[in-house]
Amino acid sequence: MAAIGSMTASANGWAMKRGFGPVAILFWILLALLPMLELVTDDPSFDYYMFMGQSMLIYAIAVLGLNLLIGFNGQISLGHSAFFALGAYTAAIMMTFAGWPFWATLPIAAAVCFGAGFLFGFPALKLEGHYLALATFTLAIAVPQLLKYKPIAPWTGGVGGVLLEKPEPPEWLGLSVDQYLYYLCLIVAMLMFWLVFNLLRSRSGLAMMAIRDHTMAAGTMGVDTSMYKTVTFGISAAITGVAGSLSAITIAYVAPDSFTLQLAISFLVGLVVGGLASLPGCLIGGAFIVLVQNSAQSISDWMKTSFALRYDVPAWAIYGVLLLLLMYVMPTGVMGGITVLRHKIAGRRSTRVNAPSPTVVRPGKTAGETTPAA
Amino acid sequence: MQINRRTALLGAAAIGVAGTRHARAAKNYGPGVTDTEIKIGQTMPYSGNASAYGVAGRTQAAFFRMINDQGGINGRKINFISLDDGYSPPKTVELTRQLVERDQVLLMFYSLGTQTNTAIHKYMNQKKVPQLFVATGASKWGNPKAYPWTMGWSPDYHTEGAIHARAILEAVPDAKIGILRQNDDMGNDYLDGIKEGLGADGWKRVVADATYEVTDPTVDSQILQLRNAGVNAFLNVSTPKFAAQAIKKAAEIGWKPKHHLMSVSASVGAVLRPAGFENAQGIVTAQYAKDVSDPAWANAPDYKEWKAFMDKWNPTINPFEGSSVTGYASAVTLVHVLTQCGDDLTRENVMKQAASMHQLAIPMLLPGIKLNTSPTDYYPIQSVQLARFETDHWVLFGELQSRDVA
Repeated sequence: MAAIGSMTASANGWAMKRGFGPVAILFWILLALLPMLELVTDDPSFDYYMFMGQSMLIYAIAVLGLNLLIGFNGQISLGHSAFFALGAYTAAIMMTFAGWPFWATLPIAAAVCFGAGFLFGFPALKLEGHYLALATFTLAIAVPQLLKYKPIAPWTGGVGGVLLEKPEPPEWLGLSVDQYLYYLCLIVAMLMFWLVFNLLRSRSGLAMMAIRDHTMAAGTMGVDTSMYKTVTFGISAAITGVAGSLSAITIAYVAPDSFTLQLAISFLVGLVVGGLASLPGCLIGGAFIVLVQNSAQSISDWMKTSFALRYDVPAWAIYGVLLLLLMYVMPTGVMGGITVLRHKIAGRRSTRVNAPSPTVVRPGKTAGETTPAA
Repeated sequence: MQINRRTALLGAAAIGVAGTRHARAAKNYGPGVTDTEIKIGQTMPYSGNASAYGVAGRTQAAFFRMINDQGGINGRKINFISLDDGYSPPKTVELTRQLVERDQVLLMFYSLGTQTNTAIHKYMNQKKVPQLFVATGASKWGNPKAYPWTMGWSPDYHTEGAIHARAILEAVPDAKIGILRQNDDMGNDYLDGIKEGLGADGWKRVVADATYEVTDPTVDSQILQLRNAGVNAFLNVSTPKFAAQAIKKAAEIGWKPKHHLMSVSASVGAVLRPAGFENAQGIVTAQYAKDVSDPAWANAPDYKEWKAFMDKWNPTINPFEGSSVTGYASAVTLVHVLTQCGDDLTRENVMKQAASMHQLAIPMLLPGIKLNTSPTDYYPIQSVQLARFETDHWVLFGELQSRDVA
């Protein structure tokens, strides 16, 4: 517990002090300028890269939702794919059956997922650590099956899912569909990060983190721990739900097979890789989810051809090795690693009081250590 | 003399112009094609729930390696990029866009799955990229009016349903028909076909139409419902797990109707063995490809050729996995289309050639099955032959049956 405390505290420090400081603002401006690269490149696959950008931002938002819960509040969820699905289907159903414009579905998806997360949070309050993880795990398993359930099939489309129309950009903008959707994702992502940033700086945010660091102490200080935990679960679900509805809009198709347990796990992987309790880490996590699976397959193909192997090298095994290597080199995620590096450089001059030990969190122990000692 | 010389010069110039023009017309390349290469893309579930189907993609990759080793197609090697989408539609969209926009493939070939192909259906047709021989039996892929860039390959569920319906009317004169079907797109496709095959009069003979959900634990109550309705002709439109349950339950309660089982569940290993061979005797299904466990084919030339290919080029795959046969036969079909294209390897010409197959015989399909397509007919294989289960394998009987789409 003390271990994760020291790790997250340092990462928090980074997020809090610098989260929306000049570096962050510059970074967001750079992201906003990316689609303008089209003016200087004639790469025919530019729209594809814009699409990749959309996916990364969407996953970054989903990871942000999960990070609020795990990194800042110390609760575990293996079921966030369920809220992602709920957001996606809310958007799809409202666009198809109620004829709503795509942007109007985002707040509704957020509200629906907040409600679902809040309600799920109530019984889940009795559960902590591994037990909560298991309860949320059932959500991830059940939702793809529930979406095929007959009484709601007229709306969900059953196994076949729902096909959507991709939104057309207004002509005066002069953007391609993919650039337009990239900006949509970017604006929503900025809004979500800004909201979470402000939330964490507020008294409520401090209460959330106090609960993570020591639930009983937070209770003694007058924090309504059960209320805060439930609401945090709701907000976390809402943010992930918004990511889900963005995904429905950009893919223009929802189907039960899109929201498997594997999606929930990939959020978790993105979160841990990016760095627990780090806001910039969420963006890194989002990029990791999209890029590393594809690189694993490229490496697999490359190994097969260049070593003239008879058998395929399983891409998922390579993914596993990459993940292990990364966790070995940077046990506290990429942002944690950067913080350690910064402290090392600074440590030559000053004493190393604030530098966290780089070995504080091992992947296998994270779940246990995040559990607040009751 | 001068005139002659001038005429000769003009003539030579004309020939020269014609020559270059001819050369230009002859070599017409779409994206992904060079003098030495044709780039082809595919998405396939190599991981995840449907990874068993990945055998088809591996077999095709091996087949194209063999073709390249033999000199390629009209001198061009096939660069086959087959990526793992884990059967997840968003991943399919991402990988397909990567293949089409970044890797610039000429076409997508035999991408597998109904949901996954649905996710890219519109995109492929907007981009005008051939979505060729999709590996799914849904009937919506043969719709050249709305989707001229998408074509199926295997017989679709609709066709098969119609053929079973006609066969059961013939076999059981006083038929009281019962249907068991999965409540989804596949079940509905089959049902539409069955309705067409039975006709209005035949449909009146349907005394029970029982549905189940893919999430249901068993179909026991549906089987009882069918028996109690007095059904003596049973059309079983269920997926493997439920098909095995249905066969077992029917035997348990001593119900012995004429039993037709759809090809999606005709696997000996996955359905009939678990259901018990003694319970499955006499069940009828429909086939279009050769069943490699059937000793009747051991001496057929195409079987020997396929076996030699599997032994030499694809030794890591168990040859008795069904997808290795359909993967092989569909790859042969693609090679035929690309050969027909000659040096005019544009996306337009690929679709044109794919839509002009005429009485084409493909190895490892049943004898007599011919592939036919036209600009209005995007269903290449539309014939099946019925087979009856005897002791431990399917035995073909009767004639080839077809349903022709006008």
